[in-house]
Parts: sequence; structure tokens; C-alpha cells
Amino acid sequence: MSRHHITLTVNGDAHDLDVDARRTLLDVLRDELELRGTHLGCGTGDCGACTVLLDGEPVASCLVLAPDADGREIVTVEGLLKNGEPHAVQQALVAHGGIQCGYCTPGVVVSSVALLNKNPHPTESEVREAIAGNLCRCTGYHKIVEAILDVGNA
Amino acid sequence: MPNHPTAQSAQLPNPPTSIIGQRVPKLDAMDKATGRAEYGHDLHLPGMLYGKIMYSGVPHARIVSIDVSRAKKLRGVKAVLTGADNFAHKFGYGADNTPLKRDKIRTRRDEVAAVAAVDEETAEEALELIQVEYAPLPTLFDPVAALAEGAPLVHEDKKNNLFTRYDYSHGDAERAFDSADVIVEGEFQLPYVAHGAMETAFALASFDLQGRLTLWSTTQIPFLLQRDLSEALGIPGRDIRVIQPAIGGAFGRGLDVYPFEPIAALLAKAAGKPVRIAFTREEEFIANAARQPALIQARSAAKRDGTLWAREARMVLDAGAYVSWGAVTPLVMMETTASLYRVPHVKFVADVVYTNNLPTGAMRGYGNPQSTFYVETQMDQLAEKLGMDPVEFRLKNANVPNSETPQGLKITSCGLRECITEAAERIGWERRKANDEGRKAQENVGHPSSVVRRGFGIACTLNVGGGARIYRSDGCGATVKVDDFGRVTLVTGSTEIGQGSETALAQIVAEALGVLIEDITVINSDTSIKPWDVGTHASRTTFIAGNAAWLAAKDANRQILAAAAQALGVAPDVLESRDRMIRAKNDANKTIAFDKVVRGMHYREGGVVVIGAGWYDPPTKLVDKDTYKGNISAAYGFGAQAAEIEVDMETGKVRVLKIVAAHDLGRAINPMYVEGQIEGGIQMGVGYALTEELLVREGRVLNPTLLDYRMPTALDMPQIETVIVETADPEGPFGAKGVGEMGGTPTAPAIANALYDAIGVRMYQVPMTAERVLKAIREKYESS
Repeated sequence: MSRHHITLTVNGDAHDLDVDARRTLLDVLRDELELRGTHLGCGTGDCGACTVLLDGEPVASCLVLAPDADGREIVTVEGLLKNGEPHAVQQALVAHGGIQCGYCTPGVVVSSVALLNKNPHPTESEVREAIAGNLCRCTGYHKIVEAILDVGNA
Repeated sequence: MPNHPTAQSAQLPNPPTSIIGQRVPKLDAMDKATGRAEYGHDLHLPGMLYGKIMYSGVPHARIVSIDVSRAKKLRGVKAVLTGADNFAHKFGYGADNTPLKRDKIRTRRDEVAAVAAVDEETAEEALELIQVEYAPLPTLFDPVAALAEGAPLVHEDKKNNLFTRYDYSHGDAERAFDSADVIVEGEFQLPYVAHGAMETAFALASFDLQGRLTLWSTTQIPFLLQRDLSEALGIPGRDIRVIQPAIGGAFGRGLDVYPFEPIAALLAKAAGKPVRIAFTREEEFIANAARQPALIQARSAAKRDGTLWAREARMVLDAGAYVSWGAVTPLVMMETTASLYRVPHVKFVADVVYTNNLPTGAMRGYGNPQSTFYVETQMDQLAEKLGMDPVEFRLKNANVPNSETPQGLKITSCGLRECITEAAERIGWERRKANDEGRKAQENVGHPSSVVRRGFGIACTLNVGGGARIYRSDGCGATVKVDDFGRVTLVTGSTEIGQGSETALAQIVAEALGVLIEDITVINSDTSIKPWDVGTHASRTTFIAGNAAWLAAKDANRQILAAAAQALGVAPDVLESRDRMIRAKNDANKTIAFDKVVRGMHYREGGVVVIGAGWYDPPTKLVDKDTYKGNISAAYGFGAQAAEIEVDMETGKVRVLKIVAAHDLGRAINPMYVEGQIEGGIQMGVGYALTEELLVREGRVLNPTLLDYRMPTALDMPQIETVIVETADPEGPFGAKGVGEMGGTPTAPAIANALYDAIGVRMYQVPMTAERVLKAIREKYESS
């Protein structure tokens, strides 16, 4: 299997990596860079648990081949803390009880941050649209939506 | 120390100023929000190998030969196992399963071989090199046909395919139907449903050099898993340690031992290295035990004055090729049939049948979604025949506090009537009447005049709320240790699967000791540390583990107050502990810091360890093995949900606009996470009602992906209004009852009843997909 030399900027740090052509961005984040906050839920882009920002856009990292991310900028859930302070979305999800098993949470956080970066004061339907690709089996989404709206109203 | 805490032992100060009833964020929420929480999938041990399982793909066959020689030669393969390699120890509820199958295949998902290799790709490649020759056997996919005389046997050592029959009755149902004024009947068809946890099932097995096994697992029953693995592997339970990392959802999936768990252990043993097996999403759909499909023939009857009179249900439940704890779901189905509302005459017969389909098992509600669907549909039909409002009919027949049902359920606290009233009022039930007249006008002209029709429906639920004694013990242990700096460690036997139990338990301990929530650490993840517990099931954790934690904390508190009394020169009974301080109630000058007292107990001659212990097993009974009667739970939860929906008459698509969920859960220790349980339940209920069905044809799952198996997204969910009805249960910790399962149970029948209100069509099958609804609309308007 061919190997590729790639450079990824992940949460502000540049990494030179030698990867198998079959590896996904998710594999590299989890196995090579030990950023295991990004979760594998399906491997087919249906659940959103592996959502990361790729050049500012939310993508399912299980569907991005690592060589295709060469030279691009990636932000994972771990990269959203500033000086150790969690992002407002992370704080709101905690405060509103929008987290149960938490497996979907990193993906929900990243999708929400992507929304708020572009649209700081979203409506409820915009919030629901933005996280429609993030399946959650625990919460019914109610408190997740409340939390994100709360950040938008702040 | 009393065996059972009572209202006196766990009551709130009045007025309540405590941490009980507060919206405390989940203790591990920030770790989860920032990606720091460690799930099974995140674990990595030195030298860890990747295990993969080969499934037969054929539904019923003899294994003629298996050739693993090529797989064994593949570089990177460290172990290859087949049924010929492992012991034939049977395991599972029916003792009818083995980790790898030796001679015979009974279902397409039967495990025939397993491989451990240095990475997943190599393991997968090795599976492709294994050659198996099968000799097909006649198949059984229809549980009714499986019961026929002379049907082929799924298990040759059994005389037929009937695993068990549950036959329950009270009153005299046969005669009651003769003396009833109105009778409704129907045949209901309920589908396979997948748990759909976001983290797939996981096992990581590692043996030490003494032959002791450590298994990291997504289980809900760590202590029973010790026993089950001991049976499956033939090693003593004392040599098995189960560790539960953060678990990404379970919903009943983890109530059984599955073949992949002993397989991981067998591979680890064979390879001499740790082996992990993480299910793919496809395996998650095919190789767990889904909610049982049910075929239910049911009738219900009432008297003209609106008295509910009789119910009869005969059902066939497809257990699949191996029975699991899913085989016990008729106990719950029968409870709903016999005891939801006051019903004097009941007959219930359920046959649990072996077929060559997928093994089915426990899932949230445990039979209750199936039985509540038919019960609550027929409640609406009876009301209509009686000319009564469905809310009025339900109120008239609702369960009441301090009563015993003919089944022997001792109902103590009960807020069902309040739940019905709250749900109806808040959905705007009066709008239903106008709606009803509008629909009838349309039916009179023989066609729908508007494209989108609106409807309102209601349905109720009864659920065990004080544990459920399905094993000889329904117990849980806890210890509470206090250290020098006032850090309090609760070690609880209970299992956290995302529901927030650790937070509710921490609140109970903080209240008992008079410290702050941030002072509490909860350890709940390791069988070598935590005391015994039956497991997380039957909505039992807050009630059972909560009482155990309370007892342990009070035990520690007693020791601390005795030491404080000595230090302050007062009697222990004048002391109270609040906000990390211990003070004499009658003398403001007599105070001492909580942690200082504990330090004093350590730093002295003849010092003591400050540790409290508690064990709670509720005052309940196993049901009688012949009559199935008895008080299985120490408390019962109730709820009513009202739905407002829209139906598009041109497409058949149902949109749920709003669900009002009013639930009696005794008392909310943490209202935020009570709401979370109910809201999440409603999401599963909406899926059950409208979109979720594991399509199984000839034993094959046709839709094993999250794209084709439709769980509701944020866009599919209605507005939800949760109403917490508090009835202060006398046995529950601070009056609390369980709430974990009931949120999802009444949702589907409430939506089905709203659908009838909207378009005058009764659906006897879920999910009520657009296709099915449209077909029903066409049949109705084309035939009239």
C-alpha cells in the first residue's frame, strides 16, 4: 500500500506524518496524534460523532482520506479550549444538561461552533439544521438545542 | 441499622434547601464536552491485538468443514479460533449458546470463527481466507410456523421450538367478555428495534500470567457478566475482573453476555496478548439482541358506565436462535396488560419461540413499548365506542395511590391522574373536540378536504420504579470514605451508561453528609473495587443504588458526628452537618469543620478509618413461578403523554409538533437529568412510532446502517414539555422513583391515537411510516 507524506495543522500545531493511503483523517487524529475526543460512530458519515473543522468547515473526518487533508488546517474538540477555558458551547452544554453518554458530544460541539462562527445569533431551526447530521440517542436534542441557543443569545 | 430506609430516614428538611432537587450538571459532563472522557474505543494496551469475528451468513446449517490454514499463515495473524478450539460451555439465559459454533449454525449472525491480528485490516483479510462448507437445513423465520407440529428444530436437544409460555390470568376474562357492553379487538404487529447506542459494543480482554482475566466492557451488568463469562470460559468468577470505561450509551444492549465477549477472552488467551473487539456499526445492528418483535392478538372490554372491564392478549414473541434476557420481557408485558389502569378480568398468554432469526433481547422498556401500544390503542377505541372522551375514560379507570392490583402490585405513591390531567391541559385537549368534528365532516363527504390534518392523542404508562426483582437479589452495595481534606468517595456497585446516576448518587451523599457536591468523587467502574450490584436495568439505579448510597453515607456520618461530639463536648444527637461544618443545633458557639473532625479521627492514637457501608435490597418478592403474581417492585412510576401531530394527506407523512410528557417519578433528585431521561425516551418513542424498524427478511438485516435505519435527528423532534409530577414515594430515597425507561413507552400510542384523531385511521403496526399511512388513507377514502 502506498504511503504519503503529509503535513496537517491540528489545533494550531503542524505535524509531519507518513501515512498509509487508506487511512482516514479520523484514524490519523485518533491513532497517530492521540486526539481521541473525536469519535468513531459509524465510519460512513451518517452519525457525525467524528465531526472536525477542516479549514473552518465541519466535516465527517471518517470520510476524509488523510492524504486529502494535506496542508490543511484542522480543529478538533480538544482545540476549542482557549488558555484552558472551555468554549462557550462546551460550557452551555454542561450547564443545560445536554450531555448524557457524551459519545456524540464532541461532534455536536464542533458542528455548533461552526454554526456560531458564521451565524452568532441563530434561530432554533438554524440550530436544528446545523446539528441534524449529529445523531444523539440519549437526549432527544432538547437540551442541546437550548444550550446552543443560549450561547447565541448571550 | 434498619434494613430498609424509610421516609423517616431519607426526608428533606422543610423547607428544602438542600442539593436534592437541584439542577446539578453531570459530574463528567465537562470531560465529555472537551473530549477528555475515555471510552472503551479509546483504550490502548501495549501489544494489543485486534479481534474480528466471522459470521456464518447462512440461517440454518450443519458445519461440514472449516479450513483456517490460509488465515493462520497470513503475516500479522496471532490467533485463529473456531468452534473446534473452544470449550463447549453453554451460556446465556437459556444456556443455549456458545461463543463459537462447533457443529451447527442457527442464525446468519452465528459466530463461526474469530481472528486476532496486529491491526484491523489484517484481521479482516484473515477472515476472508477462512473457508467454511455448510450443509443447509430447513429454515424457520416465522415464529407461528415454528410452533407447528413437526417443524424443524432450532435446538435438537429440545422437544420443540417453544422456549417458554407465560400464562397469566386474574378474574375471569372469558366470562367477562360475555358480560361486557363494549368490546374492541385487533391484531398488532410490532417490529425489531435497534438500541442504536452511539458507541458500538466493545470488549478488551487481557490475561495476566496467573490466568486472571480483565475485561474492559460496555456491559450494564458487570457482576453478572463475571458469572456469565465464568460459565462461558470455564474459569472461576473470582479470576475475572470487569472494568467499565465511559460507556457511550447502552439502552439494554449491555444486559446480556454476548458471544463476542468470551470470544475476545479466548483470543487473548490463545494469542497471549490483549485483544480488543469493537463492533462495526453493521455488527451493532446484526450482532446485538434487538427489541423483540411481537405479534399480539388482543381485545379489551368495558361496561357502559365507562368501567374498564377486561383485557385479553395472546402474543407470539420471536426470540430468534438463542434466548437472552429478552425472553423475560413477557413479565413486563403482562404487568402492563394486568395492572395499567384498574382492570378486573385479564388473560395473558405469551409464547417465546425459537426461530432462525436474530436473537432478540432487552431494550429500554423491556416489553413495555410493545404492550403499551396495544393497551393504549384499545383504551382509545373503547372510549370512542362508549362515547366518552379518552381523557375522561382514562381518569375514571386510572390506578390510585395505596392500592393493590389483582396481580399483586402494591401501588403506594401514584400520580397517574395528575399526569393525565397535566398532559391533557398543557397540550390544549379542548382543541381536540373541534378537530374531531372537522374530521367527521370530511368523512361524511367521503374525501379529505384539507391537505394537512391535525390530531391530538394521549397515552399512559406504568413502569417499575423501585427496582424489579427478577433475580433472587435486587440489591446494591455502597461504601463512602471520607479523607483528611474532606474529599468524600462514594464507591457504588451501580453502573453508569450516560443516564447521570453518578450525579444523583453524589447529590444523595452530599446531602447525607452535609458537604458540597464538588466534594464528592464517585467510583463505579471496577468489579475489583466496587461492591456487588445486579446491574443497571429496570429503571432501578436512583432508587436502589440511591438508597444504598444513603445508608453508606449515613453510616459514615454517624461515625463523624460521634467524633465531633467528643471534640465539642456535646451529645452526638444535637449535632448537624451542613456546608462542610458541624454545629450544635442549640449552641452557635459549638462548631467544628467537617474535615477537621476527620483529620482528628486519623491523627490520634487508636485512630480509625472513616468509611461507611450500605446495602439495600428492596422489600419485594420474586413473582410466583406459576401464577406470576407478586409485588415485583418497591414502587411504581406512572406517566401520561399527549401528542399534537400533523398528517399530510397527500404523502402520508406524520409530523409530531409537540409532546407533553407528565411523569410521576416520586421526586426529582436532579430535575435536569430527569427531564433528560424523559426527553431521550420520547426521542426513542418518536422513532418507534414513525421511522425505526430493523428490517429482517429470512433472518437477514436489510438496513444495518444509520442511513437506512432512521433514528430521529434534531429536525425530526417535536417541541417537548416535561412535567414532573412529584408524589414523594415512601420507600424511595427522598421520595424518588425510577424514571429511566418510561419516557419512551407511551409516545408511540399517543402518536397513533393522534393519528386516528387526525385522519380517522387506526394503525395496528409501527412504525407508522409515510408509506403505511398513505396506504391507510387511500384505503379509507377509496372504499367509502
